[in-house]
Amino acid sequence: MAIYAPGQRILLPVNPWFIAFTVLAAFVFDMLPWRDVRAVPDLLAVVIVFWAIREPRKIGIGIPFVLGLLMDAANGVLLGQHALAYSVMAFMSVTLSRRILWFGLPAQALHVLGILLVGQLLMFAVRMIASASFPGFSYFVGPFIAAALWPVASFLMLAPQRRPESVDETRPI
Amino acid sequence: MEHTPPPFFNRGPAPVVRVTFFVLLSVFLMVLDARFRYTEPLRQVLMTAAYPLQRAVLAPVEAGARIGDYFQSLSGLQEENAALRAEKLKAAQDLMTLEAVRAENAQLRGLLDARERARSDAVFAEIVYGSRDPFARRVVIDKGFTQGIELGRPVIDTEGVLGQVTRVTPLASEVTLITHKDHSIPVQVARNGLRAIAYGTSDGSAMELRHLPINIDVQNDDELITSGIDGVYPQGLRVGKVVRVDRDATFSFARILVTPAAGTDRQRQVLVLRTTEEAPPYPAAEEPAKRPAKGKKARRSEG
Repeated sequence: MAIYAPGQRILLPVNPWFIAFTVLAAFVFDMLPWRDVRAVPDLLAVVIVFWAIREPRKIGIGIPFVLGLLMDAANGVLLGQHALAYSVMAFMSVTLSRRILWFGLPAQALHVLGILLVGQLLMFAVRMIASASFPGFSYFVGPFIAAALWPVASFLMLAPQRRPESVDETRPI
Repeated sequence: MEHTPPPFFNRGPAPVVRVTFFVLLSVFLMVLDARFRYTEPLRQVLMTAAYPLQRAVLAPVEAGARIGDYFQSLSGLQEENAALRAEKLKAAQDLMTLEAVRAENAQLRGLLDARERARSDAVFAEIVYGSRDPFARRVVIDKGFTQGIELGRPVIDTEGVLGQVTRVTPLASEVTLITHKDHSIPVQVARNGLRAIAYGTSDGSAMELRHLPINIDVQNDDELITSGIDGVYPQGLRVGKVVRVDRDATFSFARILVTPAAGTDRQRQVLVLRTTEEAPPYPAAEEPAKRPAKGKKARRSEG
């Protein structure tokens, strides 16, 4: 039972298939051939954090770990780098979910920014230990863009739960 | 026993326990991967599992291109056809001279008893996506070892050398670009035949020629081609162009920046070459005959 922000309506229970669909869509988005990946936020991380905050019991820490492994393999980076970041991000989201849901969307976005930055810093630390060179501060731009997209993302991903439960056939819209 | 909750309240281990487990597991995996390379089979399985998704991403792009082709106007095609005809005519002349030169070359090489330079065959491939890793410059292509791709094969596009295959899975392979920080390629200045090695720079956008003296004969706009002495890249492929030469007397070496001729952001079609040329055998290791201990033994056995 989640506690919702003041003024928010009671949502329908989430469809697990919709969670799977958003995760898949985010993964596909991350796989697109981007010209400069630094400015493109890691949407999979946003989706994981979103569902870990909204449904802490549906998406635990194991699923993000496996998704992280997939990302590592697909990107050809050190196996475990994304897995580490995603599982820590999911853990933070699960433990903070009761707190975060009390706030309105802008304050939620601030919390999410913190979580995403921790993930990015973890990956950065892993790479520095594995003797990569400094990629420049633009590496940390992604989480800011992702946090700015948070209100849009949460509106979109909650839309299926906002439908009325009983469909009124005579309603014009 | 009485204090354990009934099973329908059971939520499994606490999140702290779980996250500790997964963090330890990922650190373990990273160490295995970085130090011992034990994780390659797991990585191949994961990459093959992700492959259908990557193809699915590209499907709309390809469909769009196909629709665009369909609606290309007839006049455009005719124009292009005429231009291509003219180009072909021009190329025919070069081709004829090339044939003659090649025959002459074969004859001369035969006279010199030199080995005929190997001609490489190639596998056509497409870039599926670029790695989402700003630390490393890599792309993934849509051919794997089931299509005959092998580790270490050079990859080129129409402009020049793109990189080298550094990881092969059944359906896809990973190409490290020549601008990667840890990649180096033996080159030759086309103008004067000077040999050097081009290294990727740390930001992965260009290359540099290191360890060349300040008074070296390299100028701006010099074309660089592969020298072929490494046995990986065949000789004569275009690599890039010199864009900056700093001759600062306070350093012992000149600083020479090179932009690559090939570009992943311009083209998606690439060729994976197979060089059939065999490298000459390594020189035999020096005999450790001059060691005093051995010498003593030898003398003793002699005496």
